[in-house]
Amino acid sequence: MLYATPVGAVIVTMIVGALVFSLITPPPQGFSLPPANPPPVDLSTILTSIGSHLWFGLQAVYQVFIAPLVTSYKWGDIAVKASPLILIGVGLAVGNRAAIWNIGAEGQYVVGALAGTGIGLLTQKMTGVWILPSMLVAGLIGGAVWGAIPAALKNWFNVNETLSSLMLTYVAIHLMNHLVTGPWKDPTGFSFPQTPLVTADQTLPILVPGTYVHLGIVITLVIAVIVWFLMSRSLFGFQVRVVGAAPSAARHGGFSQKATVWMVFLLSGALAGLAGIFEVTGPFGQMSLGFPQNYGFTAIIVAFLGRLNPLGVILAGIVLAITYVGGDMAQSVLQLPNASKGIFQAMLLFFLLASDILIRYRVRVVSSAPAPMPNAAVARSPAE
Amino acid sequence: MSIDFLISVIITVVGASTPILFAGLGELVTEKSGVLNLGVEGMMLVGAIAGFATVDMTGNPWLAVVVAAAAGAAVSMIFAVLTLSLRANQVATGLALTIFGTGLSTLIGHGYTGRPIKPFTTLFPAALANDPIGRLFFSYSPLVYFSFIMVALVAWFLSRTRGGLILRAVGENDLSAHSIGYSVIGVRYGAVAFGGAMAGIGGAAFPLVLTPLWAEGLTGGRGWIAIALVVFAGWRPGRLLIGAYFFGLLGTLELYAKASGTVFTALLPSEGWAALPYVATVIALAIISASKAGGGNAPACLSKPFTPAA
Repeated sequence: MLYATPVGAVIVTMIVGALVFSLITPPPQGFSLPPANPPPVDLSTILTSIGSHLWFGLQAVYQVFIAPLVTSYKWGDIAVKASPLILIGVGLAVGNRAAIWNIGAEGQYVVGALAGTGIGLLTQKMTGVWILPSMLVAGLIGGAVWGAIPAALKNWFNVNETLSSLMLTYVAIHLMNHLVTGPWKDPTGFSFPQTPLVTADQTLPILVPGTYVHLGIVITLVIAVIVWFLMSRSLFGFQVRVVGAAPSAARHGGFSQKATVWMVFLLSGALAGLAGIFEVTGPFGQMSLGFPQNYGFTAIIVAFLGRLNPLGVILAGIVLAITYVGGDMAQSVLQLPNASKGIFQAMLLFFLLASDILIRYRVRVVSSAPAPMPNAAVARSPAE
Repeated sequence: MSIDFLISVIITVVGASTPILFAGLGELVTEKSGVLNLGVEGMMLVGAIAGFATVDMTGNPWLAVVVAAAAGAAVSMIFAVLTLSLRANQVATGLALTIFGTGLSTLIGHGYTGRPIKPFTTLFPAALANDPIGRLFFSYSPLVYFSFIMVALVAWFLSRTRGGLILRAVGENDLSAHSIGYSVIGVRYGAVAFGGAMAGIGGAAFPLVLTPLWAEGLTGGRGWIAIALVVFAGWRPGRLLIGAYFFGLLGTLELYAKASGTVFTALLPSEGWAALPYVATVIALAIISASKAGGGNAPACLSKPFTPAA
């Protein structure tokens, strides 16, 4: 059941998504209301209309979920989009295991990219194989530093990490907007708000010629496997899981809650930062106002869909990456606005969270006559 | 700086603050009941498109406010069913609600992009707003006066009524409230619906008052500012009113810094003004949390699912 529900959530999302997009088929631009006295309609017109709406809904689902899979030249795009989602999602999965809620990964992603780009600007005129690694390390550090702020606030002042990490995301984005439109703007960029393009020595090697499939994707997969190993086979992973599942048992066992907060935020921040600098040195090639792609927020869905297991996160990252690529395809084929892919992404999480009740509780049919408990259908207390 | 200029700044700030005042007020009531709904931005956008479409069809902005409130409350029920009845994680569900509302409003609004509507006119006849002082009091849309009424109502409800006491009890100690016979889940459903309705009205204030055009994502992240505002205000309606105008002032200064530069840019670039509400909120959060043991004024059961002892 633990691994069946994510698959079920994907299938239910596709079915319900088709219905939603049938009901809200977007009218063409500049549409106007029907005339006050519409001509009488017969049954066949109504059936045709219903049919065309249903057809549109099915097409939307096809474009978003299926088309990227059956179009082989889109596979590279899926891998490129999956990489940041997996890298950030793996870090968040560790945090959520410890019941520590870092929802500011988008900000750590941006700051990591900024730190790496800063090194990139300093080394624009230089050559050497050391340049790219130092940018990647700067990205790791930048993300970790931004993640350390909510950790410090939580440990020193007892500040709720959910709220502080969220607020810091917007601080990071405004900082980026300032740098990209001001001090770091490319002087030769025709006053577009973007940084100079990365040089050859600042670019991640392309692994598959003719695509954007870069070295970072492999590093992402290696990191996911390492984190999986750490979580399932090491004391660190045990500590994280105990702190999350049974805080008082963790205290008795001598595991420090504060140390766990530090480790979780530094790790998830560093991975988000690395994802950010991978995007700069890979597919984006620079930073611009459109740099934040909501990967940090979507990765929260990825972590849950992957069952907080780094290996599951890899699969979940690919599923969500398909919706990113499919959203682009639906935009060009069906003229669906790009943001409407969010309907599918959100529904995935809705259905997954809803079906989780099947894991935590056993549903039993009981007599409704004298109800001994307020919620008679729920028979067993949470397993956690 | 002439008095005329000052008054026009105040009028701009009051207008710009109204959406976050509504949304923040709703979120405050939701959080007071122990529920953290991060879907404010999504609910605002759904309210905005519902209000826009209603005015486009009927030309009646009053009806649009009602429809926007209903739409915001309706979409908040997705969150309520998942987190309250099915005990899903509130943070994840709220974020998903924002993604959902953004997508839904974009999809529905696709055909409306760039279409103008007839917004609210001012509540009082223009003759009253001829001199500067008159303008200061009588030149706003009805939604602005409605927001004042709602702040007073919520403050009165929370601190002076039995219902408000129950709501706060549910947010501070759900098990105790449950054991003396109150329906924790029922109260929270009500609080989430109220939060959704207020966010819907706040979102509708954009097309109805501020910019009578539809544009994708036209609330521009104000839902997150509203969440920040609730924290900044320390979960108190009176401070929320002051905080909303403070954040509105910062937003207006951002626009001035962007447009004219001069004195405002010398102090801080426009992005700095834009980031200030969030920085201020983090600092306020640190002060609130550090000053009193156990999380200060934050409702004790915030974002914890309610599981009756079994």
